[in-house]
Amino acid sequence: MASNRRATCKDLQTHDVTLVEAVNLALRRALIDDPDVVVLGEDVGTNGGVFRATLGLREAFGYKRVIDTPLAEALIAGISVGMASQGLRPVAEIQFMGFINSAVEQMLCHAGRLRNRTRGRLSCPMVLRAPFGGGIHAPEHHSESTEAMFAHMPGLRVVIPSSPTRAYGLLLSSIRDPDPVVFLEPKRIYRLVRQQIEDDGQGLPLDTCFTLRQGKDLTLVAWGAMIHETLLAARELAQQGVDAEVIDVATISPLDMATILRSVEKTGRCVVIQEAARSFGVGSEISARIGEEALLYLRSPVQRVTGYDTPMPYPSNESLYMPSTADIVEAARATLETA
Amino acid sequence: MFDSLDQVPGKLGFIDAQGNTRQPLPAGVDVAWLQASYQHMVRIRQLDKKAVALQRTGQMHTYPPCLGQEAIGTGIGLAMQDDDILVPYYRDQATQVLRGVTMQQVLQVWGGDERGNLFTGVAARDFPNSVPIGTQMSHAAGIAAAMKSRGVRQAVVANCGDGATSRGDVYEALNLVGVWQLPMVAVVNNNQWAISVPRSLQTGTRTLAEKALAVGIEGLQVDGNDVVAVFHAVRTALARARRGKGGTLIEAVSYRLSDHTTADDATRYRDAAEVSRAWDYDPVKRLQTWLHASGHWTPAQEQALLATVKKEVDEAVSAYLNEPPQAPDDFIAYVFAEMTPPLLAQRDRLLIRLARDAAAQGGDSHGQ
Repeated sequence: MASNRRATCKDLQTHDVTLVEAVNLALRRALIDDPDVVVLGEDVGTNGGVFRATLGLREAFGYKRVIDTPLAEALIAGISVGMASQGLRPVAEIQFMGFINSAVEQMLCHAGRLRNRTRGRLSCPMVLRAPFGGGIHAPEHHSESTEAMFAHMPGLRVVIPSSPTRAYGLLLSSIRDPDPVVFLEPKRIYRLVRQQIEDDGQGLPLDTCFTLRQGKDLTLVAWGAMIHETLLAARELAQQGVDAEVIDVATISPLDMATILRSVEKTGRCVVIQEAARSFGVGSEISARIGEEALLYLRSPVQRVTGYDTPMPYPSNESLYMPSTADIVEAARATLETA
Repeated sequence: MFDSLDQVPGKLGFIDAQGNTRQPLPAGVDVAWLQASYQHMVRIRQLDKKAVALQRTGQMHTYPPCLGQEAIGTGIGLAMQDDDILVPYYRDQATQVLRGVTMQQVLQVWGGDERGNLFTGVAARDFPNSVPIGTQMSHAAGIAAAMKSRGVRQAVVANCGDGATSRGDVYEALNLVGVWQLPMVAVVNNNQWAISVPRSLQTGTRTLAEKALAVGIEGLQVDGNDVVAVFHAVRTALARARRGKGGTLIEAVSYRLSDHTTADDATRYRDAAEVSRAWDYDPVKRLQTWLHASGHWTPAQEQALLATVKKEVDEAVSAYLNEPPQAPDDFIAYVFAEMTPPLLAQRDRLLIRLARDAAAQGGDSHGQ
C-alpha cells in the first residue's frame, strides 16, 4: 500500500463485494488513477452494463470516458486498437463472449501484432472484457467458453479471475499492462460470494497461477467458474482422506507452467478441469506440457474433466454439458486408482 | 426523443394512429383482410403476454417480447408467399406463426429446447431465429443468390432491428443485394432502442431507410405500426424482387413498448412519459378502432376472438409445459450428419455420468 503512490487515505476503503462489483471497483479505481483510461461498449453507459459491471461509472466520469458505442463488436475492438495506439487505455466490454467472434479479426490481426509489426513504434494497451461461460440458463450464444481461441493468438494475454479479490487485482494489472489483454469474467459466479477488498489500487501479477489449496496427493488445475466445483471436489476428497492441491490458472496466456509443474512433481497426479469443449483447449495444452516436462514424475495419466465438443445446448440441456463436482471427484479417484 | 411515430412526409401509411384512413387502401386489402390481420395481432399479443408471464414464474427462460411491433411481423407474414424464405431475427414471432411455426415451438425455443426450431410445412426451409445481431442478413443474401442462380421466381425476407444496422454484416449483405441484384427484402424493425442505446446514438443518418442509397437498392420508410403499410411495402418489394428487379430496404418505424428482453429493465434508461406516448400509436388498438368505427367489428366479435385466442394460447402453453424432455444425448447427436468417433465416445461418457448420478441419487434416498 505504501508503495502505491496513487492511493490516498480517503481512497483506502474496504468494500464487501461480489466478483462483478469487484470489476466495477477496479474500473472505478483505474478511471480515477489514470485520466487516459476510457470504458466503452454496448450499454455500458446509461444502463451500467447488462450485468451492471459498469454501474454508476457514466455518472461519475462522464460521457467522454464511459462511452456507449453502436452495436458493433468488430468496431468496439477496432476503435480500441486505434485509441490504444494513441496512448489511451481503452477498457472495452463485449456483452457476452458468444458475440466476441466478430471482434476476433481485430484482436488476432491487429491488437496482438501491432507492437510486433511496428517493431515497438506503436503498441496496443487495451483490455477486452467479456462475461463468459454457461450455467445461468441464458439464451443461445450467451454461454460460450472460447478462451482457448484467444490463448492461441500471439501477442494477447488472456486473464480469467475466479474471485472478487482476483478480479480486482487482475483487472487493474490488465489495464496497466502495456499489451492487449482479453479479460474473461465467469458470469456464473459474478454474484456467488462476497469478499472484503481494500480499494488500494494494488494489482496482481499477470504471470503466475494462484495455489488456492495446498495438498500432497493430487493436483487439481482449473480456472474461472470451475474453480467453484473444483474447491467443492477438493473438500469432498478431503473427507475421503485425499489431500488435493488446487491451482487457479487465472493467467491463461502466457501460461505459468512452473507452478503447475512444481505441484505435479510433488503429487504425481493431475486433473485439469475446464468448462470449454473437450478438444484443443487450454486443458489439452496443460496436459501436453505436463507430458513433455514432468512425465517421469507422473504416477498416473493426466485426466481432463471438460465440456463436450458440441455447441452449448439450449438451457434445458445445459446442465448435461456442464462438468460437475462429481465428475471431478470421479476423475481424481481414477488418477489415484491407476497406480 | 424518439423517431416520429406520426405520419411524416415520405413515410408510407394507410391507417393512422387514430384509426383514420389516410389514403385509399391498396388492392387486396379489404375488410376481411383487415379483420384477419387484427385477429392475428391479437393472437400474437396474447402469446407474447403469456410468454412473459411464463418467464416471470420460472417456467421459461429469457424472452424477447414483440409488444407494440405486431404489425410488422403480421404485415410481412401476410405479404410473403409460401415458397418465399424467411430469415428472422428474434422478434419475428408474428411472421413465424403466420408461416406455420406453432405457438408451442415459439415457447420451446425460449424455454431452452432446440426442438422449437423443428419448423414444418411452409416454414420448413426458413431459418431459425438469429440471436447474434445482423449476421442473418448475409445468410439471406446467400439464399437470394441461390434463388437467382436456380432461376426460380422466389424471394427472401430478412429482418433485423435498428441496432443491427450499426454492424458491418448488415451493410455487407445489402451491398451484395445491390451489386448482384438479389431477390431480397430487408425489413428493419426500427423500434428505436438497441437495448439502452436510442436510435439517435446509433447512426448519424436521418433515417435508416436512406442507407439503401449507399448500396444502390430501393429504400423506403413505412409506418411500422400500420399493418397495411407494412404489408403493402413488403408485398410490392417481393413482387419486384421475384421479377428480377432487385432488392429493397424497408424501415418499419415502430416502438419497443416492452423491455428489450425479460432480462432487461428499460426503466433504467428511458422515460415513462416516452413509453406512455408511444402507446398512443399502438398498432392493435388503431386497427380495432378502424374496424369498429367502420362497423366491421362488434363487441361480440371481440369477445369471441378473445375467447378463441385464450384457448389457443392456453393449449400451446399446456403442450409446451407437458412436452417430455429431449433425449439427453440429443445435444450431441445433431452436431454432424453422423456422430463422429470422438462424439460417440463423449456420448458414452455422458450416459455413464447420468447413470452414476442417478445411482447416487437413488443411494441417497435409500439412506434417508
